[in-house]
Amino acid sequence: MSLVNFTTREITCKIVYYGPGRSGKTSNLQYIYGRVPEARRGRMVSLATQTDRTLFFDFLPLDLGVISGFTTRFQLYTVPGQVYYNATRKLVLQGADGVVFVGDSQARRLDDNIESLQNLQANLLGQGVDVRTFPMVLQYNKQDLPADLILSHADLDEALNFRGLRSFPGDALRGAGVFETLKGISELVLKRLAQTGSGAA
Amino acid sequence: MPRLNPRHRFDSYVVGSANRLAVTAARAVAESPGAVYNPLFIYAGSGLGKTHLLMAIGHHAIEVNPQLTAEYLTLDEFIEAFHAAIAQGQGEAYRHRYADVGVLLVDDVQFLTHRREMQAELLRLTNTMLTAGRQIVLSSDRPPNEISALDERLIQRFAGGLVIDISAPDYETRVAILRRQAEERKAAFDPSVLEAVATLPIGSIRELIGAFNRLVAYQAVQAAPITSTEARALLARSMPQTARTAPAAPAPVTATLVGAGEVGGGTEAPPGAPGALPGLTGDEFGAFLSEISSAVARQVEAWRGRVAEAILRWQGEGFRTARLELLLEGEAPVDPDAALRDFEEDIERLKLFEAEARELDPQVGDQPAFRDPDRVDEARMEVERAREGLSPPPGPSPIWRVEQFVESGINREVTQAARNVLEQPGVAYNPLVVYGPVGVGKTHLLHGIGNVLAATPGAVVACQGAQDFVDELIKAIERDRVSWWRSRYRRVTAFLLDDVHLLAGKDRTQEELFWLYNQLADQGRQMVFTSQVPPQQLEGIESRLRTRLEAGLVVELPTPDREVREAIVTRLLNDKLGEADAELSAYLAGRPVDTVRGLQELVQRVLEAADAERARPTAALARQVLEGSPAGPTRRTTAGRTSGLLSPTGSLRSREKMVWDWPDIPDRLIEDQR
Repeated sequence: MSLVNFTTREITCKIVYYGPGRSGKTSNLQYIYGRVPEARRGRMVSLATQTDRTLFFDFLPLDLGVISGFTTRFQLYTVPGQVYYNATRKLVLQGADGVVFVGDSQARRLDDNIESLQNLQANLLGQGVDVRTFPMVLQYNKQDLPADLILSHADLDEALNFRGLRSFPGDALRGAGVFETLKGISELVLKRLAQTGSGAA
Repeated sequence: MPRLNPRHRFDSYVVGSANRLAVTAARAVAESPGAVYNPLFIYAGSGLGKTHLLMAIGHHAIEVNPQLTAEYLTLDEFIEAFHAAIAQGQGEAYRHRYADVGVLLVDDVQFLTHRREMQAELLRLTNTMLTAGRQIVLSSDRPPNEISALDERLIQRFAGGLVIDISAPDYETRVAILRRQAEERKAAFDPSVLEAVATLPIGSIRELIGAFNRLVAYQAVQAAPITSTEARALLARSMPQTARTAPAAPAPVTATLVGAGEVGGGTEAPPGAPGALPGLTGDEFGAFLSEISSAVARQVEAWRGRVAEAILRWQGEGFRTARLELLLEGEAPVDPDAALRDFEEDIERLKLFEAEARELDPQVGDQPAFRDPDRVDEARMEVERAREGLSPPPGPSPIWRVEQFVESGINREVTQAARNVLEQPGVAYNPLVVYGPVGVGKTHLLHGIGNVLAATPGAVVACQGAQDFVDELIKAIERDRVSWWRSRYRRVTAFLLDDVHLLAGKDRTQEELFWLYNQLADQGRQMVFTSQVPPQQLEGIESRLRTRLEAGLVVELPTPDREVREAIVTRLLNDKLGEADAELSAYLAGRPVDTVRGLQELVQRVLEAADAERARPTAALARQVLEGSPAGPTRRTTAGRTSGLLSPTGSLRSREKMVWDWPDIPDRLIEDQR
């Protein structure tokens, strides 16, 4: 996928929010959606079940306007977290420029986090992506829950962040850490663009 | 603080409802720069006092804090200085230039339209100022979001401080401005006059002051004080078309007050702040957008810097960089890095080609194609030609034209032979050998023939002096490229060699010439030789070559007779003066001078003398100059002898050649020196 297209003068970043079911990926997108001026956001497409679980995926296009002469668009996707939707996850992951791994800070969900993270690694590897250089950040969501239910930022880093990626504590429902995370991943994605050359079509 | 106009201060700024908010904000900024509204963006139509306000901020800020520096500049100056700095490779130094400025005042930023690099530069500067807590004030004739093609990030930055406008002054303000002017200029007007002027449909303060100036000028030449009716009539006459429309109704003052913090820092605007634009500034998305914009711009705009660097570098190395300059003029290219890579690859290719070409033939190496990456194919072809010995050997000099060769009874045999050769090259007389003493026009004739032959499509004419021919061979031997040298000559369609007697004693060259002769003769290629003596008298030339020179036609080019001399003098005078004096021509032709070169000198001396005396050159003058002069023309002539003629420009073709022709120095002496 072409990140910067000098011919059509477009920059398009595809960012995928990945993580176990109910970790707050859709909440991240919804919070962003709520903060973006109407003119700049596309329709948020969310295919959810009646119980508010993402069945397929969420899609939020963001139009950042013309920056340095380039029409800049961010496309935010979430994947369904449930284990059995791996085919959809693979599909959404295709051509991603960066991934936000949204972990659930609750101590009892640690295994789910690890399983999802491993699944992410496997899917990226399956698509021939070098996970060591691929832009990725972690968000430890639900840090607002009572301290005895959750693991601390440091604990989660210890358990999940073995690559030493940037990680952000989050409370996606109220928005804490949401934009910080988005900013973090965007910077990585754009920085990678510099390292890999223009990436023109 | 040289740039601030001392008259533009807050004291002299008339405050009215149209500008009260702007002035209040400006005062606040001047009193605590960087602390309140930063950046402060003032917009207003032309002539409404933006510049005055900007400078007033500068003055006041310095009065409050004398340690502070304030700098005022228009966007154009900013751009110009930046371009100059970039051209000198000092872009970085320029950026540091504003590091110590406490209050930066930038006027006319509406000219940022479509200037992406300058937008990026201003953004960088704004960011630096904001981060360092220093004040930046900008002015424009329209709000930021109406400056077309203005970078989103700049709009964000500007909106992050205070964007405020000044509208057209209302009636009371206009009266106040006029009174202030009258006071300053010590001009006394009846109050009704100023009031009448204030009611005129004048939209901007600048025009209002212009109108006032006209009143002052009018009053100065009138005995009686001007009345309001007269004033109105006077101004209505001279009022510009645009201002005759109804005065712009003073628009309500609008200000987008967004709080003092910088947007980029991510500080949130207080919820419900008056006038805040929800979701556009001060919010999370705005901050996000702002940062992403910077990151995107860094990637996208960085190419310009790289291209500019490349241009400086390659121009410094003497290459044409038109292709890169074109890139900079346009928008982002399809792939700037690929374009740069291609350019540099082309230069590498050119360098290789040039090196090879120089090795093969230094003349070829000088071709401009080797310095132009847009002509790589041409350069390649040049090298290939040189490689195959296809680059032509030295040709005839274009300054010698056969039609300028003076024909007369005495040289008719030669000119007729030349004509025949030109009509049927390679057939009529092959070779043609022209012999005669020095300075009679052999070289002229030879190159003249060469030029006519070379004009035939597909012709490759080698035409040069024997000495150059020898030198070339020596070089080829040194570089072990004799076969290449041979192949170059073997494909010529005509071979013309001047002063063949100079080959005396040069056995190797004679051998090469012998083989070349045989080949060219077999192929029916025309050969012309000149010599000081007829072939049978040539000394030091092998008999096999000598006999071959006699195989065609051997004709003498004799010393010019009076008829030829007169024709030559007439032509020279014609060339210099546009007309020839018959008496002067006859006199000069009658001088005891037997070479064309000698005649040329005569003419030159007479013309110089005439010039010095500011007189027309006449026979009498010539007589005076030539016969009254102790240096007899004959002596001079022999001293300046040369086998080659003077070129029409009068300069010797080769100093070396002159030495060669000293009659007392044998050729071999020169060879020994080599």
